[in-house]
Amino acid sequence: MISYNLTHLRELEAEAIFIIREVAASFDRSAMLFSGGKDSIVMVHLARKAFWPAKLPFPLVHIDTGHNFQETLEFRDALMEKIGARLIVGYVQDAIDSGRSIEDKGQNTSRNWLQSVTLLDTIEKHKIECAMGGARRDEEKARAKERFFSHRDEFGQWDPKNQRPELWNLFNSKKRMGEHFRVFPISNWTEMDVWQYVHLENIEMPCLYFTHKREVVNREGTLLAKSPFVHLKDSEKWENLQIRFRTIGDMTCTGATVSDADTVQHIIQEVAATRVTERGGRFDDKRTDAAMEDRKKEGYF
Amino acid sequence: MIEHFSNDAYLNMELLRFTTAGSVDDGKSTLIGRLLYDSKSIFEDQYEAIRQVSIQRGEEHTNLALLTDGLRAEREQGITIDVAYRYFATPKRKFIIADTPGHIQYTRNMVTGASTANLAIILVDARKGIIEQTCRHALIASLLKIPHIVICINKMDLVDYSQEVFDKISRDFKAFASKLEIQDVRFIPISALLGDNVVDRSKKTLWYDGPTLLYLLETIHIGSDQNLVDCRFPVQYVVRPQTDEFHDYRGYAGRIAGGVFKPGDKVVALPSGFSSTIKSIDTMGGPIDEAFPPMSVTIRLEDEIDISRGDMIVRESNLPEIGQDIHLMICWMNERKLQLNGKYAIKHTTREARCLVKDILYKVDINTLHRNETDKEIGMNDFARIQIRTTVPFFYDKYKLNRLTGSVILIEEGTNETVGAGMII
Repeated sequence: MISYNLTHLRELEAEAIFIIREVAASFDRSAMLFSGGKDSIVMVHLARKAFWPAKLPFPLVHIDTGHNFQETLEFRDALMEKIGARLIVGYVQDAIDSGRSIEDKGQNTSRNWLQSVTLLDTIEKHKIECAMGGARRDEEKARAKERFFSHRDEFGQWDPKNQRPELWNLFNSKKRMGEHFRVFPISNWTEMDVWQYVHLENIEMPCLYFTHKREVVNREGTLLAKSPFVHLKDSEKWENLQIRFRTIGDMTCTGATVSDADTVQHIIQEVAATRVTERGGRFDDKRTDAAMEDRKKEGYF
Repeated sequence: MIEHFSNDAYLNMELLRFTTAGSVDDGKSTLIGRLLYDSKSIFEDQYEAIRQVSIQRGEEHTNLALLTDGLRAEREQGITIDVAYRYFATPKRKFIIADTPGHIQYTRNMVTGASTANLAIILVDARKGIIEQTCRHALIASLLKIPHIVICINKMDLVDYSQEVFDKISRDFKAFASKLEIQDVRFIPISALLGDNVVDRSKKTLWYDGPTLLYLLETIHIGSDQNLVDCRFPVQYVVRPQTDEFHDYRGYAGRIAGGVFKPGDKVVALPSGFSSTIKSIDTMGGPIDEAFPPMSVTIRLEDEIDISRGDMIVRESNLPEIGQDIHLMICWMNERKLQLNGKYAIKHTTREARCLVKDILYKVDINTLHRNETDKEIGMNDFARIQIRTTVPFFYDKYKLNRLTGSVILIEEGTNETVGAGMII
């Protein structure tokens, strides 16, 4: 007897593809946010599946803080070349130069916070009605209540008390002029699901996720990579360690972990055994307990 | 030492979506915290954070309820006010929990959580027994056609793990539930606080020979929860690459809402009524032999017929109902009341239209099931039977036959808010 049960990964895949297609069908001008991290790479893969054999019917948008890993930018450009996608880059530096963003000066600052302004500027400039993002609900408490279709007012803000109910697979994509949506196709995925899917589908990943030797500094338990943007304090020193990254963000706030995982299989073993959350390695979440909720209200993903 | 993680098992896991309803005091957050903690889904940094808060507050045990405590407003008020989704996995299944508040003013949140669930956990305080709220939760689960209901009789530690108490509550519930359409109901005596029968079998309820909650969640048969009989494919998007390689390619993308489709099947496209044959079912990984719910695929037909988003491909021999006058059981979700003769935007599968509320037949008292034919004021969290007329024909099934082709949402046109959740009767 044939089983008509999908495995959970195939069910998550089907759900994400459904949502990506729903976005393309519901909005004239949609886009997919691409950070260069594993979640957005998986999302791009799902988008390719959604429209195959056609190309993606929307551009990808990368918000470049200027503090990216070089490896991320190279991977991004190679991927765009391979799949023939259109790429829009929004530069945080532009907002700083024009005085729309003011850079926080100090030891542990990061431009991650400034992405919100540039993201909203980019959305406005290109008249994007709906931007898809690779956020997952398991990443952080404040995200557990995020909808698949998250409605944003004309200031790009998210109001946790005024979210539209989401029932069955019926998504309300109606909006007024000037408003827009953020849509999260992989909301229901966990870090483990993402890596298992990467393995199942044999998706190429940036080398930063795999073990390599790198000079890092241990700052209050977070290993930051050596870069022109990270300055040593008096008592600190660079160490050459065998590390990999669990998440990829800015060089100023993405913490590395000591690891010798050199294949996706090894990473899966490591994730299975890890006892600290992914975002536990990120400086930007540590500032206050409600840090993510504050950023989301301002328009951060 | 790293335990070896079985990859093959992970790749073969099923997904179970369940909802939990409960009020502030009946231990729902503690139960979820317990499931997450005992199934080792809690990371050290998360556990450490709630341990610190518990110490700060002078609590006796580490308060597992804090794990699922989301937004700041809720933390301040100490209550859950929205649907929150949680994730955990065991080697057998991955679970998505729709965690909803239980108070009557959050009925709409419970309905939202219930709409996608295979299973509902209803918590009953062993000291209080079946109360109004229990009945309401069971009624919502039954109206939303959640296939499986698990009644967790909680706080057994506070009634000395008494079998008598457990049996009486089970009997009382069955007496009430006989009025409802519930396919499958189970009873488990638990203590979420102390962990009895949640993940590990309790030594204090030796009279209970049923499964623990987690074992039940891992093994309950969910294979027949989908409709595999009536073939329904709402067209979501038309794929037309218009490249040299795929010059004439025209595929209909969508998610199977019912039945099993195979190449060679004789199908009809609605509303046009034109017949054709399935040429292939495509995915990026190559063509496949059959497609069933909830797969997302692209279907190509032998003939060039005009099909667009909102149309439905069905089997020639098994048509859905087609019509513009539709009866709904509706749950109202907005502060502004349902307007008799009001016009709303309506969404059904991938089809959008407008509708007119022609009649409000009765309001349902969601604590007692009583039909009130005189009170036609339908406000937030009310259930009512109504009749609507849509601007274009819909292709639908009764909700009890198919939750995907039997459900609609109503959208208020001025504000664009989702104001009603409707189940086709």
